[in-house]
Amino acid sequence: MQDLNQLRDELLAEVQGAGDLEALDRTRVAALGKKGRITELMKQLGALDGEARKEAGQALNRVKDAVAEALDQRKAGLADVALNTRLAAERIDVSLPPRPEGRGVIHPISQVLDELVAIFGEMGFSVAEGPDIEDDFHNFGALNIPPEHPARQEHDTFYLPDRADGAKMVLRTHTSPVQIRTMQKTTPPIRIIAPGRTYRSDHDATHSPMFHQVEGLVIDEKTHMGHLKGCLIEFCRAFFGVDDLPVRFRPSYFPFTEPSAEVDIGCTRKGGELTIGAGDDWLEILGSGMVHPRVLENCGIDSTKYQGFAFGMGIERIAMLKYGIPDLRTFYDSDLRWLKHYGFVPLDVPTLTGGLAR
Amino acid sequence: MKFTLSWLKEHLDTSASLDEIVRMLSMIGLEVEGVEDRSAALAPFTIAHVVSAEQHPDADRLRVCKVDTGTEIVQVVCGAPNARTGMKGVFAPVGSHVPGTGIDLKKGTIRGQESNGMLVSERELGLSDEHDGIIELPADAPLGLAFAKYAGLDDPLIDIAITPNRADCLGVRGVARDLAAAGLGTLRPLDTSKRNGSYESPIVWRRDFPAGQESACPIVVGRHFRNVKNGPSPKWMQARLKAVGLRPISALVDITNYVMMDLGRPLHVYDAHKIEGGHMTIRLARDGETFHALNGKEYDLDAEMIVLGDDHGVDDLAGVMGGERTGVSEGTTEVFLETALFDPIRVAITGRKLGLLSDARYRFERGLDQTSPYWGTDIATRLILEICGGACSDIVVEGTEPEWQRSYTLRIARIAELGGVAVKEGESIRILQTLGFEVATTETTGTYSVTPPPWRGDIIGEADLVEEVLRIHGYDNIPVVPLPRETSMPQPAITPAQRRVPLAKRLLAARGLVEAVTFSFMPSGQAALFGGPVPAEMRLSNPISSDLDAMRPSILGNLLAAAQRNANQGYPDLALFEVGPQFADPTPKGQSAMATGIRAGRTAPRDWSKQQRPVDAFDAKGDLLALLEALGAPTANLQVSTDAPDWYHPGRSGCLRLGPNVLASFGELHPRVLAAYDLKGPVVGFELFLDRVPMAKAKKGSTKPFLKLSPFQPVERDFAFVVEDSVAAEQIVRAAKGADKVLVSEVGVFDIYAGANLGEGKKSVAISVTLQPTDRTLTEEDIEAVSGKIVAQVEKATGGSLRR
Repeated sequence: MQDLNQLRDELLAEVQGAGDLEALDRTRVAALGKKGRITELMKQLGALDGEARKEAGQALNRVKDAVAEALDQRKAGLADVALNTRLAAERIDVSLPPRPEGRGVIHPISQVLDELVAIFGEMGFSVAEGPDIEDDFHNFGALNIPPEHPARQEHDTFYLPDRADGAKMVLRTHTSPVQIRTMQKTTPPIRIIAPGRTYRSDHDATHSPMFHQVEGLVIDEKTHMGHLKGCLIEFCRAFFGVDDLPVRFRPSYFPFTEPSAEVDIGCTRKGGELTIGAGDDWLEILGSGMVHPRVLENCGIDSTKYQGFAFGMGIERIAMLKYGIPDLRTFYDSDLRWLKHYGFVPLDVPTLTGGLAR
Repeated sequence: MKFTLSWLKEHLDTSASLDEIVRMLSMIGLEVEGVEDRSAALAPFTIAHVVSAEQHPDADRLRVCKVDTGTEIVQVVCGAPNARTGMKGVFAPVGSHVPGTGIDLKKGTIRGQESNGMLVSERELGLSDEHDGIIELPADAPLGLAFAKYAGLDDPLIDIAITPNRADCLGVRGVARDLAAAGLGTLRPLDTSKRNGSYESPIVWRRDFPAGQESACPIVVGRHFRNVKNGPSPKWMQARLKAVGLRPISALVDITNYVMMDLGRPLHVYDAHKIEGGHMTIRLARDGETFHALNGKEYDLDAEMIVLGDDHGVDDLAGVMGGERTGVSEGTTEVFLETALFDPIRVAITGRKLGLLSDARYRFERGLDQTSPYWGTDIATRLILEICGGACSDIVVEGTEPEWQRSYTLRIARIAELGGVAVKEGESIRILQTLGFEVATTETTGTYSVTPPPWRGDIIGEADLVEEVLRIHGYDNIPVVPLPRETSMPQPAITPAQRRVPLAKRLLAARGLVEAVTFSFMPSGQAALFGGPVPAEMRLSNPISSDLDAMRPSILGNLLAAAQRNANQGYPDLALFEVGPQFADPTPKGQSAMATGIRAGRTAPRDWSKQQRPVDAFDAKGDLLALLEALGAPTANLQVSTDAPDWYHPGRSGCLRLGPNVLASFGELHPRVLAAYDLKGPVVGFELFLDRVPMAKAKKGSTKPFLKLSPFQPVERDFAFVVEDSVAAEQIVRAAKGADKVLVSEVGVFDIYAGANLGEGKKSVAISVTLQPTDRTLTEEDIEAVSGKIVAQVEKATGGSLRR
């Protein structure tokens, strides 16, 4: 027994003394290998008999287990040290920037367009489209703007050469021709918005030869000006994210609506800074009105049965107001610095439930 | 349209304050653009007496003045040449803000002499450009009185925007009438008393129009005056004209301008001495005739324009501008007055053709009061006789007053149906009557026959009458009603095809491209790079500049121009895209919705990881394929062809097609194109026709196809083939895929090698083939068998051989 205790202590000391995994393995072989000291003793057990063999065997197994456990522990310890040493050598400078990736952005016009679709979509509007190059009839005639009408002169129209059939071709000066195209091919009820590019021959600090408008049209048998007010007040408050935004309707004139109204929202201009919300001043943002009976008739819709309202507004204008973009002309410059500053994260799709303001 | 408060009150008897009037104007459709209270800025400036003005001891051009302000005597150093002892002037005290110069006055010492304030010029007060000297006032100007009050500048100036339909409000009286209807006072009566002539006019009208075209001038009224004195007009008239921005010229001219601004009735006066032949003839101009206008310019006329002339020739462009030859001057003693109606359309066309804008044209083309030739003549007569003296002839008239009377049915119920507010019947009628409409009952209760007044040519139906009632009743009084939802849950607002547009934008942006929005036009010279010279039908007839004269045949040009601008700013590496229209012809079908992008320069900025490289065609192809995949295109079936348009590098570009249908092109831009945009390159681009991408077939429900996952290990095998250089990698991939359509699930190209050991004109293409068994684990024999098929297929399809 004495011998076994001594053996155990010797072997455990050897295990502890092993400096690396290789030395530890040599120790394992010397103790538990085919010719190891414990293995050799195991072989001798066969010479004993009965009770003695059982006792000696148990004692030897206890030594073997103790050594094996020590080996495992030491091995784990040495592996940790080796790993730590390796990891220490693998250190990188984590302050370096990551590999560059292009950062794409969505233009404010597209973002606002998606906001408009989200709001009006919720109110039951669907999106209609029409061509940018229009004929005189769709852009003017059907909208109650005859050739020499003063309202037409205010449009600063771009012309293209006349069509073979003599029709004057224009770049649409507003999105209103989409109203006409929609009414020509749809039986009411109609509830559409028509966003798109529009063109006017004007280029200065506050005018661009191309800009975007969104048109709205509701036609059924009972929609009146109270609904026009309700719809547009809801829109203004949702779009600008101001629940108590004052909205004012003023009589105005558009050849294709009667009665007509311009719509103002409340604001303050303290210290030269414009803030949208309840205040002491007003800001004009859109035009609207009840669709003129003649316009309905021009599209083959019975004006004694159907009525409704239309509205139109500049997308850049509301984008500028909402997001504090100071200069209209910069929208089309494609200046990377501007786009990255005023642009939007591509996966940030505006929804009513997820929020419209960014 | 500008007017002063006191001018308005000439027509409107009201106790309303300026604020109330301003608010009401906007709320009845006469939008106030500005209110200028000129007295506020001029408040500190008072009338002062220069007690003495002596030469400054140390400065030749300065005078030291003792100025009596009415409350004290102060010393002021003054540099004006007209500063002199005894004069009356306008004094600005220390502490006042001088509006014309923007300077706050401080007490100072000028070359040793104390100066407390200043004597000011008109320019310093912001009244005019006059700065030759300080303001000199008459000796009787009251000492110490506020200058603004003395000069009549304490009358607030209101500026309103008049919509094109409200010609009647292009005179102060029309504005007053609207305010009266809105309850802000009552309209004062207008003195239209007639004056009898004391002699027969020596000048008569003649109308000489081709048959059927007499409507060019339905009526003209004239009157001759003699022994008039055309001096300056009265101060009150001058002050009002000046306030609204008109320069006083002489009594006769000022009277015509005043009647125009006051009542919206343009007039013209001729110097009757200068009219030859005793007549003024109204006719269409003859092609080639010329006209010397009052503004000193000469205009070429054509046969569409209405003119007035005598034996000498044309000297008035009807409704637009008078002529130089017969204009009145200081020496005029005999006058012939013209008060006419002209066809608004002809006036508009004439003015636009000649580029001639005038206050008269503005009013004529919007339509005048149809009865105004008579009352306009009466009012002008009264003013001329009062101001210029003399005597007037009987009136001379040619033509007849147009039939302006018409009536429309107004159903009172219609106001609520359309307007959403029930306005009381009596109130509705009151509003219309105060606005000058005649309202007659009909046999039907609640239905009226309404005749618009002669100044409301814009009223053409019941909806207009409803608007009149509503706008005066007030839009604020219309109750807000939510737009009823037709469905309890919102329905999709966009169609699947429309949904592709935001999807394409956001996909490309997520890949690192920046969205641009550029003009739909471009310079025709640059447009020609994208498909040849721009056809005439795609060029604007009236471009703003030659930079914006053609509808863009491709978006690439505008993106390249943007790349060039950014490069000039120091950002040569970029990735831009635009989703928008391009134009092949003027028909709706000629407009294509495109998703177009470019990548320029290097793929990334210089950085420690050394990842950056010049962009190449595969960057563009990658963008394109990702886009097509996102849009649901059958990308597995796409074929690549090498026939991209000629604005691409011929050897480094391609088209993606589905059979004959070209969906997109991509590749490196042609060096010729880059040179035109002064770009150093490389630049790659892609152009996708969004509408050509087939829509997924409509299916029932939203279920995706059943997904069957194989439990068996896939196996990967590599092959390298030596082929002719001209063989497209895609041919090899397709052949390998086709070798066993069940087992071969993926084929990738992982190496391209060309070397002398392969032989001239040869290359090696290495592919990795994934075999995915579905029913059992593959054995070596299975793999050998399919490998043999792959080799055979590829060799057959390409004429190449397996590289050993």
